[in-house]
Amino acid sequence: MRAIIVGCGRVGAMVAERLAQAGHEVTIIDLASSAFNRLSPDFPGAALRGDGTDEDVLRRAGAEGADYFFALTEGDNRNILAAQMARRNLHVEHVVAKINDPVRAGAYSVLGLASVCRTTMMVEALVQQVGLPIDPSVFRVTQAETAREREPVEG
Amino acid sequence: MYIILVGGGKVGYYLTKELLAAGHEVVLLEKDPVRAAQIADEVGSIVINRDGCEGKYLSEAGANRAAIVAAVTGDDEDNLVICQMAKHHFDVPRTIARVHNPKNEELFRFLGVDEVVSPTRMVMGSVEQDIPVRALVHLTQLAGGALEVIEAQIAAGSPAAGKLVRDVNLPDGCLLFAVIRNQTMQTIRPEMLLQPGDKVVALSRVDCEVTVRDMLIGHDETTPIEIA
Repeated sequence: MRAIIVGCGRVGAMVAERLAQAGHEVTIIDLASSAFNRLSPDFPGAALRGDGTDEDVLRRAGAEGADYFFALTEGDNRNILAAQMARRNLHVEHVVAKINDPVRAGAYSVLGLASVCRTTMMVEALVQQVGLPIDPSVFRVTQAETAREREPVEG
Repeated sequence: MYIILVGGGKVGYYLTKELLAAGHEVVLLEKDPVRAAQIADEVGSIVINRDGCEGKYLSEAGANRAAIVAAVTGDDEDNLVICQMAKHHFDVPRTIARVHNPKNEELFRFLGVDEVVSPTRMVMGSVEQDIPVRALVHLTQLAGGALEVIEAQIAAGSPAAGKLVRDVNLPDGCLLFAVIRNQTMQTIRPEMLLQPGDKVVALSRVDCEVTVRDMLIGHDETTPIEIA
């Protein structure tokens, strides 16, 4: 499987390593080449310096027709833009965006965008320690609620 | 009319002043406290020091009764999210986004932004007019980007050169309306003979552009043009 990861932070780097070790073809993109220091020296995938919200950069990374696309930068909005670009213009089927603002994550789930939310994950993990009932579904990727994405606006 | 502006940079600042002067009800969301205070000093309490990307603050600003939300921050991704939240979450009738990367324009429209304004494209359009290295110049966009006014320069090798207007096989989505010849305007007539050096002004559907170019100019749009 071919996977594109945007954002080589802690999460992006570790996901890239895990997928590459499992034999997947991984390309990771980050604006700063220093971010790639988080990857191990024997990382078997490819690392590309560039803006992951720029369609040209994504194409150069081979995102067109990739199997998986994970947008994992520190900016919710950058992830939202990159993810929708990957799905709509680059025809990637499995697209996930990290959206740390739970309200925004909810709104985009209605629009058909799958996401992970660090905020709700941490909150649930911590309140579970105190013995409160939790919602285990937050530890999975929030799937799109419905595919009611709007058609192009005419006129 | 109630208008919410997001982003208090130069564009947001002057827009706020212009819209207020025109008698509209305006609120400006600016996340930077220093910048927000600066603008508030001048225009008063209509400046809210909040991040307009957050649904909560759009809601507090009254997005559900806004006629227009215009996202004019310096970041394409923020402007997209503001407009999508406004459109899909608050049912704002008209959303406007400033877009810097021209490649994002079509995507933004597809994703629910009603009006995409690209300073990059505007300047590019002006540059193209002054330095006609390309035979097809985009003059302006209409109908939310679905239509455009274009200027095609006929060169000696163009398919339309030496043809009568009525013999040029144009698609239905394209309407020629004027020819600029020797710096003067002439109304298009079916029996008019198109000559090298003519500039043909047309209104065209965006999806017809390639056909229109092929019929008027030919395939290679980058061919240098001899200017009379």
